[in-house]
Amino acid sequence: MLNNITLGQYYPVDSPIHRLDPRMKIILTLLMIVGVFICQNFSGYILILLFTVAASRLSHVPFKVMMKGLKPLRFILVFTFLLNLFFSTGTELFHVGPVVITREGLRQAIHYSLRLVFLVISTSLMTLTTSPIALSDGLEQLFSPLKVFHFPAHELAMMMSIALRFIPTLMEETDKIMKAQKARGADFESGNLLARAKAMVPLLVPLFVSSFRRAGDLAMAMESRCYHGGEHRTRLRVLKITGNDWLALGIMILLLVLIVLLNIFVPKGLIL
Amino acid sequence: MSNQACVQVDHVTFQYEEGADKVLKDISLTVNRGEFLAILGHNGSGKSTLAKLLNGLYLPGEGRVVVCGMDTSDENETWNIRQKAGMIFQNPDNQIVATVVREDVAFGLENMGVPHDEMVRRIDAALEAVHMSERAESAPHMLSGGQKQRVAIAGVLAMEPEIIIADESTAMLDPQGRAEVLEVMHRLNREKGMTVIWITHYMEEAADADRIIVISDGTIALEGTPREVFSQVGTMRTLHLDVPHMAALADSLRKDGVPLPEGILTVEEMTQEVCKLLCPSN
Repeated sequence: MLNNITLGQYYPVDSPIHRLDPRMKIILTLLMIVGVFICQNFSGYILILLFTVAASRLSHVPFKVMMKGLKPLRFILVFTFLLNLFFSTGTELFHVGPVVITREGLRQAIHYSLRLVFLVISTSLMTLTTSPIALSDGLEQLFSPLKVFHFPAHELAMMMSIALRFIPTLMEETDKIMKAQKARGADFESGNLLARAKAMVPLLVPLFVSSFRRAGDLAMAMESRCYHGGEHRTRLRVLKITGNDWLALGIMILLLVLIVLLNIFVPKGLIL
Repeated sequence: MSNQACVQVDHVTFQYEEGADKVLKDISLTVNRGEFLAILGHNGSGKSTLAKLLNGLYLPGEGRVVVCGMDTSDENETWNIRQKAGMIFQNPDNQIVATVVREDVAFGLENMGVPHDEMVRRIDAALEAVHMSERAESAPHMLSGGQKQRVAIAGVLAMEPEIIIADESTAMLDPQGRAEVLEVMHRLNREKGMTVIWITHYMEEAADADRIIVISDGTIALEGTPREVFSQVGTMRTLHLDVPHMAALADSLRKDGVPLPEGILTVEEMTQEVCKLLCPSN
């Protein structure tokens, strides 16, 4: 389990989507979210669906992996759908006993569920194709204009990359401590939830202590390598906006324009 | 150039807190340019504290430390001093910052504001120097302890320092990793004329140094070439330090009346001397 952990959701293959600038991908994702929210009718969703399918094919991320992101949301999805279906008023379609299904209810149920699905898929398309480090780089650069207002863009990105760096190390350490405590008779598996939570204490205390020690060591090592904050720093990884990035932005804007046009010219509720 | 002083520690006293015990007591020493200096000491002797004084991580309570002509207590020079005197620490995991080897080597350069192209050139050269070029794209947690320490050395090397201070950098490694790291440092010292300050409590690691300083209880207890230091078996023992096996053997043989000369450190030398005793004609 420790040898081959992938951090986050990142699916490491090479594709035109993977090669897009992380800053552009963040912006595209935001625009996509806007698109999903302003979409008012079913034909718009078909357009979004087509776009998502095209983008995911282009990203070389298998369909199965894409859908994995939806799994934790399945209860919320079903819940949203049922809630909207049963508790809205409008023209009756049919009824089963006391439960009345309305035309507006059905429409809203489908509408909100689709909105959720597309929100998750479009954001996971970004996290699947962008490594966490590239993502934190992108965020740092996007937020760097806010430094004028003392927004700690560099510091946050540095914290994130150090956290990513230490996840495998701390997992190894957890494993080691766990084995050491087991060797002394600690029981992590049996008992109810409370008992198992209590059993975690002898695991967490040494882990915390050593993390603080590591933090102290690391701070010293960073200082001795001349780290003094984000000012006057150069970067090894330089982000570059290329023609493909502008092309992707153009397509996204086109998509948004089409969604707006469909909202205006295709009357609400024509389909459904 | 060869005998120019690179680091000067001048009557330095250091304590962690006001009123606490003094960790270093009125220590003075000089490190010459291009020399491989080993600092030996038992746990708690103050050798790690001394290391951290050498690049301004700690500032002396009394006295002063001068590195390449710059006083460590001069705040304007702090970053210049740390660039000139690079430091490798004990725990290989706790000094690697980035998630990819070459990006970690870049860390110091990014902090110094080195332009991108220059950075790439220096990183490649530094990784080459520690024989880690083929692992440039690896994640640090996939490397062995010795490899991690070599990455740390590359990270310092890329900053083009004049001195590398290794603060017990082999203490957490297996014998193979220890040999790897020590070999890299000796090679840098030989081939690039790098000044190395090698802090350790392993005697055998000091055997190939140009000079040894033994620290005990915050003061300098012994100083000299490995031969001079290790021949003082009795003194070393009272400082809770071992001597290389052959030096110890020679010492006890001498005590039993075998007329062996001083300064025997290796098996070869011992064999030679014993042969001389047994067949004086040869």
